[in-house]
Amino acid sequence: MNDLQHALGALAPDLSPGATTIVGLRRLSGGASQETWAFETDNGAPLILRRKPPGVTGSGNAVPLATEAALINAAAARGAPVPRVLAICAPGSDVGEAYVMSRVEGETLGKRIARDPPFAEVRKTLARQCGEVLAAIHKVPTDGLPPLAVSSAATELEKYEAVYRQMDARRPIFEAAFRFLKDRAPTLEKPVLVHGDFRNGNLMVHPETGLAAVLDWELAHLGDPAEDLGWLCTSSWRFGGAKPVGGFGDHADLLAGYEAAGGAPIALERVLYWQMLGSLKWGCMCLTMYASYASGADASVERAMIGRRTSETEIDLVALLEAAA
Amino acid sequence: MISHPTASELIDSVIRFIEERAAPNLKDRDAFHARVAVNALAAVRREIEAGAAAEAAQTARLSALLGEDGDWNSLNTRLCDQIREGALAPTDPGLLAHFRASIIDQVRIDQPGYAGLKTLEAK
Repeated sequence: MNDLQHALGALAPDLSPGATTIVGLRRLSGGASQETWAFETDNGAPLILRRKPPGVTGSGNAVPLATEAALINAAAARGAPVPRVLAICAPGSDVGEAYVMSRVEGETLGKRIARDPPFAEVRKTLARQCGEVLAAIHKVPTDGLPPLAVSSAATELEKYEAVYRQMDARRPIFEAAFRFLKDRAPTLEKPVLVHGDFRNGNLMVHPETGLAAVLDWELAHLGDPAEDLGWLCTSSWRFGGAKPVGGFGDHADLLAGYEAAGGAPIALERVLYWQMLGSLKWGCMCLTMYASYASGADASVERAMIGRRTSETEIDLVALLEAAA
Repeated sequence: MISHPTASELIDSVIRFIEERAAPNLKDRDAFHARVAVNALAAVRREIEAGAAAEAAQTARLSALLGEDGDWNSLNTRLCDQIREGALAPTDPGLLAHFRASIIDQVRIDQPGYAGLKTLEAK
């Protein structure tokens, strides 16, 4: 940590004009693939560092941090609310593979955003705001972007079906959802920049102004714009809120915001398709996390118990299958 | 059946010990895991009380749906294969009725507070 303090201190003048060092360095979260740190410059600028832990090589689907930073800049250029990227640190630099961004004021805890009284007023317009912001992200020109994976509904289903089969779990509701979604997979006509994890929990929301920043860009890729809308509506991310969009809003407002901001119209049916795929995907991820308990890789009660959340995704899938029947 | 105490009583005593004595001394990740541990024990308690009946009811439904006899494991595997092979459509009314009854029983054991449970029960 002293090394990191020192390395960031050397960057201070680039982070805030007139700064000479940094203070208050503290670790915020311990993700397996990324570290998040908070600190301030000595003249008071609040900042966030996202860094790849030393010694860790790439993880699964995550894009390199420099790519994340480039995408944040590209989204900012289209008017999407994102943190301001202030420095990009290359692998092998004193800080390590990382970037520094401005710290945006607001709340990210999904339950508070979906249910707590301080957010009651902004909840009324939040779904519409999400639609507007997604339209801006999806309009980012893809020509100038760093290399990104391309995925469609069919390739996502293939990927998660392989994960499910590998587990040797016999879950008839998953079988029915795979069958249903494979038979109806929309073709990918014109791939757009997809955030890939645009959901309640990854959105910084301010109690007065609403959506303040879109965070967590590590799963960005090129794909179907309806993927982002469907993931935002996936029941697993409603945190007990009653409404379909993130627990806080209605489909109609999300779609109206999307179109009003110039997004190509998306049929509700296509959003519901990706919403179902989202439940199936999260269900497979719950099983994968349980598998790390079963294999002995992570002996925590949390990894064991998350396997019992798979049934939550199954009950959502049954409701969606009934609605489609 | 073993009693004095029953399995449910033992679980309740451990839940109380974690909530009242252990958890208040824990912080951060350990405090979070203590809450998850309580949830896990509560699920086990519900499974002890309702699991056998849920499995018996599910086996009977599977048997009727497939027109075959067998234990839960072989019938459930058979159902998975039939859906995968396309012999049973994913929106088949009989299949959906089986899904509905089975998943309501399971979520009542696993996560009875989950909003999706109320949603499906209300329909």
